[in-house]
Amino acid sequence: MYHKRSRFLTIMLCLGLAFFYIPLLLLVIYSFNHSKLVPVWGGWSLRWYKVLFESPDVWNAVALSLRIAFVNATFATMLGTLAALAMVRFGRFKGRTLFGGMLVAPLVMPEVITGLSLLVFFISLQEVIGWPAERGFTTITIAHITFSMAFVAVTVQARLTGMGQDLEEAAADLGAKPFKVLTAITIPRLAPALVSSWLLAFTLSLDDLVIASFVTGPGANTLPILIFSRIRLGLRPDINALATIIILVVALCVAIVALIMYRQHKRDLLDQQLAERAE
Amino acid sequence: MTDAPWLDHENNTPLVQIRGLTKKFGEVTAVDNIDLDIYQGELFCLLGGSGCGKSTLLRMLAGFEFPNSGTISIGGQDMSNVSAYERPTNMMFQSYALFPHMTVAKNIAFGLQQDRVPKGEIEDRVDEILKLVELQDYKKRKPQQLSGGQRQRVALARALVKKPRLLLLDEPLAALDKKLRKHTQFELANIQEQVGVTFIVVTHDQEEAMTLASRMAVMDAGRFMQIGTPTEIYEFPQTRFVADFIGSANIFEGRVTEDSTDHVRVETDLGEIYIDHGQSVTQGSQIWVGLRPEKIRVSKSPPKKPGPNQTSGEVEEIGYLGETSIYKIKLKSGKIVDVTAPNQSRPTMKGQKITWEDTVYLQWEPSSAMLLHS
Repeated sequence: MYHKRSRFLTIMLCLGLAFFYIPLLLLVIYSFNHSKLVPVWGGWSLRWYKVLFESPDVWNAVALSLRIAFVNATFATMLGTLAALAMVRFGRFKGRTLFGGMLVAPLVMPEVITGLSLLVFFISLQEVIGWPAERGFTTITIAHITFSMAFVAVTVQARLTGMGQDLEEAAADLGAKPFKVLTAITIPRLAPALVSSWLLAFTLSLDDLVIASFVTGPGANTLPILIFSRIRLGLRPDINALATIIILVVALCVAIVALIMYRQHKRDLLDQQLAERAE
Repeated sequence: MTDAPWLDHENNTPLVQIRGLTKKFGEVTAVDNIDLDIYQGELFCLLGGSGCGKSTLLRMLAGFEFPNSGTISIGGQDMSNVSAYERPTNMMFQSYALFPHMTVAKNIAFGLQQDRVPKGEIEDRVDEILKLVELQDYKKRKPQQLSGGQRQRVALARALVKKPRLLLLDEPLAALDKKLRKHTQFELANIQEQVGVTFIVVTHDQEEAMTLASRMAVMDAGRFMQIGTPTEIYEFPQTRFVADFIGSANIFEGRVTEDSTDHVRVETDLGEIYIDHGQSVTQGSQIWVGLRPEKIRVSKSPPKKPGPNQTSGEVEEIGYLGETSIYKIKLKSGKIVDVTAPNQSRPTMKGQKITWEDTVYLQWEPSSAMLLHS
């Protein structure tokens, strides 16, 4: 009985996978469609890739999105890590519960509210101090940092809690001053969490449409804003080509991460064998 | 240095002086108004069950926790405002806390690097200490590539390499398996003797404390129940808690019937107990008497003459442990007394073997009974 799989479960699994992947597959196939009309098949062609590569506004949007994502991920990781350190390592301080709550609030806040409130904030800031003079790269980046930071803080907090304090105490006991403990022990130990937080913040930013739409200004189109505005005018084959490229990049990233994880796993097994043979 | 510096207050100043130390976590008092002196070269064990405050005391010595009141001084220097990284102490953690991203050599060198010791000297000292713990060949390994016993030795080496005035060890052997633990106990005591550093060891394992310690303190609920050498604690416990916590003991309630300078008589439901040395008790007062199971002789033949320190009962249960057997003897009063006896000869079918429901006679030396005050 143990080896026999239920037919029902197999069917459900196939249906589930089909539901996920057939749309993606269709998108990829249609990106190679020669016809100008998306649903009409006109034979295989790279025509829309050519169109895509020749349209500067798409590349401007990609560049803007990547820049925002990069700056956002870097700042969000730094600030989120500091917040997590305060929550986990500083013991009890006044307002800790409130701080913890405020830290996770952006996770549950509807994006529309976050976007709207930030827009209001930027406008009034401009009224009072004249900055930011125009909305675009800076405002979107700041907006993204505010919510990405919360995700980073939660990730790093979990890792810090799981790590325990022994190693840091041991370093302090051996004479390391607090800053040295942070750089020599805490940060190297946190490295995997920091990398995944950075990637998470990067993806969140790249993906965001709602908040960016609120706080952007004329001329500053991120990739999601661009795609969405074009789709509103009807399905377009060059957008399919763009989506295919994005899918390819994402798949490549996932494959690289899987490879790294596999190597790490193999190294752990090797260490274990060495330890067993050690005595 | 004398063998027992704690007895010679004139010529010895304690290395560690703890006065009125109290630590509270919220409503819970983890350490409750403790005084303690520890002398240079001692191997002092703090023994107690979980939550008795022994680890908190150790962490206060290391500087990871700060007391609510009271003082700690080490080498005559008050530690109230001294952070962990400035103290002349090093700690060996129960989890070993080895840095997984550094090799064995780098783990050990870490402490010396913080003190800005010249590079050449660091290498020499790392090699020297690795030799002491017999890990010369494992210098370049990462901690996760070592066995449990080797990790324990790296942790010890890392804590010792800075030549601290005081080494704090938190359950140093708890993570090892039983056989390795026994071996390592003696090794640890040897290393301590070689390097001459004062050790304070926290443990919940009484056997570990008994083998390691020059002196030990039994802790319960944040207080010291008794401080003394292992022999003092085992042979002369002062309270029922200590008598029962260290080893096992049959405890009887009694009344002092005679109190003289060289002997004491106590009337209990075990009969009259005669103790051949003076004790500070008052005649007629209520008291408890403890008798260790191995100090009671069990025999099938009745004693030659009547007198104190003997009784009889019926064998209720026998536990065969190999090297010894435990007998549970039911007295006439219904109370059960534990007696252990070594199995000096192999049990045979014939002979004077004690078995269930036999009537047996119990006897003990006049020096054996322990008077317990509370």
